[in-house]
Amino acid sequence: MDSWRKNPLVFWVFAVPPAVWLLLFFLTPLALIWVFSFGEKSGLIDVHITWTADNYMRALDPLYLQIFLKSFWFAGITTAICLVVGFVLAIAITFAPGRHRPILLLLVMLPFWTNLLIRTYALIAILRTKGSVNAALEQFWGWGNGLLALLGVEHLQLLGDRFEPLHLLYNNFAVVAGLVYVHLPFMVLPLYAALDRMDRSYIEASLDLGASQLRTFRSVVIPLAAPGIVSGVIITFVPALGSFLTPDLLGGTDSQMIANVIERQFKSANDWPFGAALSFVLMYITFFAIALRSVWSARRDAREALA
Amino acid sequence: MKGARRSHGPLDYSRRLWVRITLWLSFAFLYAPIAILVIYSFNDSRRNIVWRGFTLKYYERAWNNDSLIQAFANSLTIAFFSTLFSVLLGMLTAVLLWRFRFPAKAPFEGTVSLPIIIPEICMGVAMMAFFTRIGWPVDLPWPLNLGAITIAHISFSFPFVAMVVRARLARFNREFEEAARDLGASEWQAFRDVLLPYMKPGLIAGALLAFTLSLDDFVITFFTAGPETVTFPVKVYSMVRFSVTPEVNAASTVLLLITLVLTTTAILLQNRSGRD
Repeated sequence: MDSWRKNPLVFWVFAVPPAVWLLLFFLTPLALIWVFSFGEKSGLIDVHITWTADNYMRALDPLYLQIFLKSFWFAGITTAICLVVGFVLAIAITFAPGRHRPILLLLVMLPFWTNLLIRTYALIAILRTKGSVNAALEQFWGWGNGLLALLGVEHLQLLGDRFEPLHLLYNNFAVVAGLVYVHLPFMVLPLYAALDRMDRSYIEASLDLGASQLRTFRSVVIPLAAPGIVSGVIITFVPALGSFLTPDLLGGTDSQMIANVIERQFKSANDWPFGAALSFVLMYITFFAIALRSVWSARRDAREALA
Repeated sequence: MKGARRSHGPLDYSRRLWVRITLWLSFAFLYAPIAILVIYSFNDSRRNIVWRGFTLKYYERAWNNDSLIQAFANSLTIAFFSTLFSVLLGMLTAVLLWRFRFPAKAPFEGTVSLPIIIPEICMGVAMMAFFTRIGWPVDLPWPLNLGAITIAHISFSFPFVAMVVRARLARFNREFEEAARDLGASEWQAFRDVLLPYMKPGLIAGALLAFTLSLDDFVITFFTAGPETVTFPVKVYSMVRFSVTPEVNAASTVLLLITLVLTTTAILLQNRSGRD
């Protein structure tokens, strides 16, 4: 690596365009809403900067605190489901025959690259009252009744007198299903990367020495895959926490997440200072989660250096 | 379980039944909704989910929907210009971070990765506040009116390009460049004839990535788009809010096809550039 002083002209040619772009079109917008977050709303979209902390205080209001908690809860459940399912998938891919591995990986990655809106829309189409899931259930209901008729007990109406479609959309269930649907690939990739690097002779040694599969999994595989688990949890949890589209399209009135509140402040409620404060709270949480991971890996490295 | 264990070794987890079942169920969960969406775009029935025969009429209707086509044209235009600038800025960033030691390098690196890290909603509202506040003109003729959205897209795309190109550069043998310089090549010639050809697969992969990111983005665009500058995802969003219609299925299928081709190409290219 060269010192920038060795060839300052070349250095500036490479440094100025990205630095100026970031400053103008990324840092300035962020700085703007940071300043707004200490302002007061005056007029329709005018903001009067008074350096008040009221907007942050308002974020602690039980109403909004509850939405933050709900967002954490949704993101947490999503991460937990993705971790369990993702771990099985990552194991399946890692231990699959070499020729299948790239195909399986591609199959996991492709949905990740397809449009988020289209995938959410596709979920609506199958979850709605007259959607595919309910159509399939109705079919099963019909078959079940046919079976009962064969047994001669159809008059008892054991399955109800008519099919009641399940309400799978516009509720908390739909939001979590949508979040898992969107974030599963985020979890699988880091887990796979960690498992792929793992030296399999450790597992063999553990099994040879008489540990059960479960014990081996707990005491060998999980500690070795820990960096992947931590990365996977962070990169699933962080975007899930800030999700806007999934709760907006799949959720009901009581399944709004923090991003939906932010959107409302900027679009319909026109309370930019409060929306800005909420955005920064969300960003601080994100930074905190990422910092947590750095601290964790630094500790791990230190422990390994000592060992 | 004992009988099953005899047929495969203790490490053949991928052949265990429950692992396979989870694998296939997950793939069904990931792909069934999309497959159903594609299939029903060809179904000759508006509301019913029963198959009533093959038709292309919803593609025809989507094609004749002027506002949908306009949104599609906007999306492609934005993606084109965003890709152009993102590749340029991403390449400069990658070479800068790979080649030079300079003061404040760590903060710079952190700032470049910020657009990847921060929640989309935060970036969206920041862009909205920024463009409103600086009085960005809204009534420019097409395609200049897409400027604000394009700028926002470049801001979140070029760090991804930088990441891809940097991964490629990490494997570059600097002796080639030094040899070129020793043999009398100027800084520019060494860059053009040695470094640039080496970076090419990374640049192409980065370009495809930037194009897909721009084409797919909804949240950030949603906050920077005006009534005259609707992109395809924003248009689909307003249609979805209204109702689920086969036209949306048809239009979505077309977009899926485009991203499918682009990403598969990008992944194949990246695999190839990783090998040599």
